[in-house]
Amino acid sequence: MIGIIDYGMGNLFSVSKALERLEVPYLISDEPVALMEADGLILPGVGAIKDAMELLHRTGLSNTIIDFAATGKPLLGICLGMQLLFEESEENGGTRGLGLLPGYVKKFPGVTAEGISYKVPHMGWNQLKFINESPILKKVDEDFVYFVHSYYAVTEAADVLIASSQYDVDVPAVVGKENIFGTQFHPEKSSKAGMRILLNFTKMAEERMGVS
Amino acid sequence: MLTKRIIPCLDVKDGRVVKGIQFVQLRDAGDPVELARFYDEQGADELVFLDISASHEGRKTMVEVVKAVASELAIPFTVGGGINTLEDMKRILRAGADKVSLNTAAVNRPELITEGSNYFGAQCIVVAVDAKYDPDLESWTVYTHGGRTRTERDVMDWVKEAVDRGAGEILLTSMDSDGEKKGFDLALTKAVSEKVSVPVIASGGAGNADHFANAFTKGQADAALAASIFHYKETSVAEVKAFIKEKGVFVR
Repeated sequence: MIGIIDYGMGNLFSVSKALERLEVPYLISDEPVALMEADGLILPGVGAIKDAMELLHRTGLSNTIIDFAATGKPLLGICLGMQLLFEESEENGGTRGLGLLPGYVKKFPGVTAEGISYKVPHMGWNQLKFINESPILKKVDEDFVYFVHSYYAVTEAADVLIASSQYDVDVPAVVGKENIFGTQFHPEKSSKAGMRILLNFTKMAEERMGVS
Repeated sequence: MLTKRIIPCLDVKDGRVVKGIQFVQLRDAGDPVELARFYDEQGADELVFLDISASHEGRKTMVEVVKAVASELAIPFTVGGGINTLEDMKRILRAGADKVSLNTAAVNRPELITEGSNYFGAQCIVVAVDAKYDPDLESWTVYTHGGRTRTERDVMDWVKEAVDRGAGEILLTSMDSDGEKKGFDLALTKAVSEKVSVPVIASGGAGNADHFANAFTKGQADAALAASIFHYKETSVAEVKAFIKEKGVFVR
């Protein structure tokens, strides 16, 4: 069973439908007890990081996510959900994140170092470039995936970067450390590659359930 | 680098795709879900569904169509037609659409763009503009109600205002080129692309793969939309992509 965290900021429908296509059982919940029992957790998210963190704190779900991560069961943050995994964001004058991954989140400047302006948000299909091996990318090629975001993650920890995409800067596209994963793009909207990544995540949850 | 996007557009009336689509491999050529899946397989980067239902019942059916499509489709899709209020946007987006497209309603009450953008984020709000060249004014004028009503708005002013109000994308249809199959209106597309800081989808006039290449290179569009050329199998999304890739356009 995959738990989808319902804290009022995500496109839960698309993610849940993608799991249905994969025939993976899931529950959508805002209940810490129910979520802790899941074999894997998905943290979706669309919108502003400050609003998201406030909601996570108010509902107590920030602690649930941190406790869940400590169990070793797999956790996947999608888009804003991925950004929330980092230590902090410069959005809205600085917001502390969940701190599960080292690094911070900053806004695309919208102008290159050479002074050429470009469009923000980074919206559309961009190509993955693999950096580190990870089970989340099993049987995935350096394919195109669908992004919609104005902020991106910056991390000094080279082992956390699994794949990136080029958009003015090297945008961390897939990040992860041990059982904690994040995708900046929307796997549920990224055709076959995205579906494979979601499948890999759910397999990790299943396999871990098998050994525990 | 972002790819240029190819977007088939499907007209839906009372829950069924209309415009006589001819796909022998489809069991039911009027089924929006089956067509959506077909275009996804072909490599479409996104889909646009335009609800042309005239009745209230037809509009309600569209929500069911959106749910069914969202259940099957793993690429983004936009829904336009008959979206007049924030409540309409909520209904469509909560049913699983990724974006809504506003046209006449946004011209009549531009605050609607801001309301939608504040509530859902700019990335969810597409403003569709129907443009026609006025030789006397030497510029393009905005039309509404499916091109039947001329407004006093200048296209260049309107797209700027729409983006300032929170539009995340402009779906730009040239009424002069639409249906002619002689290519997209490159002058219009280029002018709007240079005017705004959000992606521009060129629409109207696609007749062959070369027209798409021109929309991206000469017109500076971020995406190109077409309907009949794909529906009547004059070409396919896959063929267009292979062709424009040869021409140096970055596609997925």
